[in-house]
Amino acid sequence: MLIFYILLLFILIAAIIAVETKDLLSSVICIGAIGFGASIMFLFLRAPDIAMTQIVVEVLGLIILIRATIRRDLTFISGDREFFGTVVSVVIIFTIGLAGLTVFQSLQDFGNPIFANVPDAASQEYISQGLAKTGAENLVASIILDFRAYDTLGETTVLFTTIIGSLVILRREGRKTLEGPDQ
Amino acid sequence: MLYALCFLLFMIGLYSAVVKKNMVKIVIGIMIMEYAVNLFLIMLGYRLGGKAPIVGEEDIAGAGGQVSDLFLNTSVDPLPQALVLTTIVICLGSLALMISICIRVHEKYGTFDITEIRRLKG
Amino acid sequence: MKGMTIIVKTIAGWVKILIFMFGIYVVLFGDITPGGGFAGGVILASSYILLMLAFGRESVEKNLPQALALKLLCCGVLAFAAIAISGLFFGADGFFWNYIYQEWLAGKDVEFLKAGIIPLAELAIGLAVAASLFLVILNLSSFRSDISVDEKE
Repeated sequence: MLIFYILLLFILIAAIIAVETKDLLSSVICIGAIGFGASIMFLFLRAPDIAMTQIVVEVLGLIILIRATIRRDLTFISGDREFFGTVVSVVIIFTIGLAGLTVFQSLQDFGNPIFANVPDAASQEYISQGLAKTGAENLVASIILDFRAYDTLGETTVLFTTIIGSLVILRREGRKTLEGPDQ
Repeated sequence: MLYALCFLLFMIGLYSAVVKKNMVKIVIGIMIMEYAVNLFLIMLGYRLGGKAPIVGEEDIAGAGGQVSDLFLNTSVDPLPQALVLTTIVICLGSLALMISICIRVHEKYGTFDITEIRRLKG
Repeated sequence: MKGMTIIVKTIAGWVKILIFMFGIYVVLFGDITPGGGFAGGVILASSYILLMLAFGRESVEKNLPQALALKLLCCGVLAFAAIAISGLFFGADGFFWNYIYQEWLAGKDVEFLKAGIIPLAELAIGLAVAASLFLVILNLSSFRSDISVDEKE
């Protein structure tokens, strides 16, 4: 349990640095640190496929973010801050935080999952019947591709649409006369 | 207490997405919120001293692939892991979309500041 | 984007094949070990992105042009939908049923396609995810905004 506190503290410090620093490159590197800490935390939370996916996705996300922020001449933002708008936003977020903390009283303790106390939960059937009904030894793969395959179909559609949208935004007509020398 | 720290991470991301004026800082705030939600979902399904939800050779008891009772009582919840697995890849796609919008806006207006973009009219 | 020095190019040329093989291993063994289609697809894409960072964008685009990557993406998504619909032709009970396991393989001890429909669907998803991530980073790196264009203002 101590390792969870240490990792969460590391993630929180990296998040505060990422939000408050003025240099964009430092924020991007702190995002990389958050993703790395989250991946190690997934390993300790007994979720190996999530840890594997998180670390490669975080590396690719770093490459995308650095592509956007490096070589742009404006990495320092200056200007006057609106005082009133900032204070109102912080007060509203604080209220949301207090309201959220009272919800956590009704959750179970950490380390006591919900499906252990409810005998007819869905996870009970997935664990006990997963190998018999699908033949896959990785229970997570049997859930995403056999018991709950519609969610995977929706995810494939969302990913496809997002990538096509990104290609449409970045398209540029008439590029062939403007290819300058590759510097 | 661990849930409260995770919620604090979500609040930090929300603060950055609402208050900041730099477009890349807004994108970073949204990414921090996504990381916090994934962490929270996996923490919900954790069992103290549990095993990963992969059936090994010693967990099969009985013919036809029935798992032993020990495995049923010590494995962590596989359902939140299945939900988060697809979410992480969608986060990467949405990050690519947001960054391509930021690059386009920077090309047209020359700045990442959202207050400047509001004032200029093309 | 430009390539890097000769040391980086040599090492990247040796490492890329190992990353590609590891990606295929993670996709194929998705129902036995941790991993699956999504993680394997991202690892496959990152082997090509390593090439793009080390050799420059143009040489990778000669190797795998954008049109071919778009076709692979559409093939992956179409294969996933076809696997889902094909159950209806073989007497399954509904859409997306694991008919290969339920009808033919339940209780038997085979080595190939042990989990029925799951390895085939993992292959389709791995192909789709890898092609899509390769496409988006190829387009992000080829977007030159410091060429003075006449569409500004």
